Amino acid sequence: MKLSAYLDGIGLIGPGLDNWLAARPILAGTAPYESRPLTVPAPQSLPPVERRRTGLAIKVALAVAWEACAAGQLDARQLATVFSSSGADNDNCDAICKALASEDRHISPTRFHNSVHNAPAGYWGIASGAMTPATVLCAHDGSFGAGLLEALTQVAVEGWGTLLVAYDMPYPEPLHAKRPLPAAFGIALALSPKRRAHSLARIEVSLADDAPDALAEPELETLRRAIPSARGLPLLQAVARGAGGRVVLDYLAPLHLAVAIEPCR
Amino acid sequence: MNPLHLAHFTAASCLGHGLEATLAALRAQKSGLAPCAFETVTDLATYVGEVAGIDEAPLPASLAEYECRNNRLALLGLRQDGFNAVVGAAAARYGRRRIGVLLGTSTSGILQTEQAYRRRDPVTGALPDDFRYRTTHNTYSVADFVRTAFNLEGPAVVVSTACSSSAKVFAAAARMIAAGLIDAAIVGGVDSLCLTTLYGFNSLELLSSEPCRPYDADRNGLSIGEAAAFILLQRPADSLDADAVLLLGAGESSDAHHMSSPHPEGLGAHMAMTAALKAAGLEPADIDYINLHGTATPSNDAAEGRAVATLFGNQVPGSSTKGATGHTLGAAGGLEAIISALALQHGILPGGVNTRCVDPDIPIQYLTANRESAPRRVLSNSFGFGGTNCSLVLGRAG
Repeated sequence: MKLSAYLDGIGLIGPGLDNWLAARPILAGTAPYESRPLTVPAPQSLPPVERRRTGLAIKVALAVAWEACAAGQLDARQLATVFSSSGADNDNCDAICKALASEDRHISPTRFHNSVHNAPAGYWGIASGAMTPATVLCAHDGSFGAGLLEALTQVAVEGWGTLLVAYDMPYPEPLHAKRPLPAAFGIALALSPKRRAHSLARIEVSLADDAPDALAEPELETLRRAIPSARGLPLLQAVARGAGGRVVLDYLAPLHLAVAIEPCR
Repeated sequence: MNPLHLAHFTAASCLGHGLEATLAALRAQKSGLAPCAFETVTDLATYVGEVAGIDEAPLPASLAEYECRNNRLALLGLRQDGFNAVVGAAAARYGRRRIGVLLGTSTSGILQTEQAYRRRDPVTGALPDDFRYRTTHNTYSVADFVRTAFNLEGPAVVVSTACSSSAKVFAAAARMIAAGLIDAAIVGGVDSLCLTTLYGFNSLELLSSEPCRPYDADRNGLSIGEAAAFILLQRPADSLDADAVLLLGAGESSDAHHMSSPHPEGLGAHMAMTAALKAAGLEPADIDYINLHGTATPSNDAAEGRAVATLFGNQVPGSSTKGATGHTLGAAGGLEAIISALALQHGILPGGVNTRCVDPDIPIQYLTANRESAPRRVLSNSFGFGGTNCSLVLGRAG
């Protein structure tokens, strides 16, 4: 079976990459990349009580998810979702570990339910109203590749429209020293089994032994190497250039993912 | 979906190590829950389902970088019931690249980090040098560990959707096999006791002070357990023994309702069960037993019970085995799929233990005593925080 899908919408957020539209010329090489701290919008789609409970990871995940749906003019309630992250809400994890190492081990109910790896998927359900299947994955540095593979099998085998949301955020110290993720980052891809009016490209994914592609821009390449979800950037770069072709993305070295890209317009 | 064969499986829980011990405990309606004396936890009046022997079973030197309770429990499981040998034979037959590793866990090796935080440098706050993040704390650790232990080279991932994790791996592996990416998959889950879940569920006031009583009118919360559950899933051979167990369908849904409370009408649960039946090409009347999620929290059992009653009425016997095993969280879907497989193979519907008075407001057929029967198809439910739901349908080959 060919693992193919139509890419209908992209969401992107990262340092110096405010959203897909703004990042497109940067990735295409027609505008300069300037690194700066990222700003992440509060998820207005959540009721105020839930919105106050969301940390950076959830904000990043929801921001790119909405962006991809809007770009593809898609009804979020109709899409299955695949969330993939190396670490979920890492500030929350640190706060819980600190509390559990203290004299008073009390942790708040909100901290606990936000500690599950699928917290962003849960908030996405509340925000979007989607009762569709939502899965949540981790493959350490290969998390983007693992998410892409699961999303493609959903589209190809189940015939679902599937929204892939890959995201990461840094750990605070002391975990940062053990797992140095430099910044928050998120990529969302809205994928469909059939070509639609807004389809950007057809992609086909296969397992490959080739080395992953690097990015030409040195600072972006540093981000790609340092943040698991940014390992999807070579795919976005190819879409931004509009020429099609083949890129290889990180998965579980030496096993990687080849993505063949055919632009739709 | 095309049925897949649960070609080999094994489980470790507080009921014991391996299938024989698990079945014997189910036959005896024994509970493995005991008052919590885990690690340094002395201030929680609750019961836990602890797996015996983990502290005495360090990892071999070749896998020492993975050293943590969760991976110790994983290795303990892999060494049972000849599972190691079966995976070795499958790797020889299919190739190392053609076997996937898809496992569920909710907390991975977080206990290692909880303990490391107690040993932070008093001046700098740094974690100790011997703390390893990737191979213990990271959510992927257990799949990486199993893949490395078997020297496999194919696709691997951890599904971490709280308490539905190791049910959803069946659906993901089935898709990978259908897509032709792999020929077989090691699926299941491993979750181990840690402070985060004990104190976390305590903060939500969801821990029972007695061994949990699923579907009881006076149920008052859950008991946390730990388990390793492994299944080798592959396409069925042309001819199978009559008691071979097949995965016939999987159904997934989301509540889109609340982070830690289920949809009050059980709407998401209903959707997951309906999707699993549809994938299996079956009707509710085709199901002979339901292994309920049945955590024994007031809201879970009420919501699940509503969904089950809507779909099955009181015609299909069901029980939660969490009174016996505790709620093994990210391992629960895998463990309960194995208990369901044992029910199919051995003709026993396990009665739920600890339940004294079945909640009269939940109009389903809840079993409190074992029933000798000849079930042909069973449904297993797994639901979790964040409103994540997964139901599996398993059946006998003949």
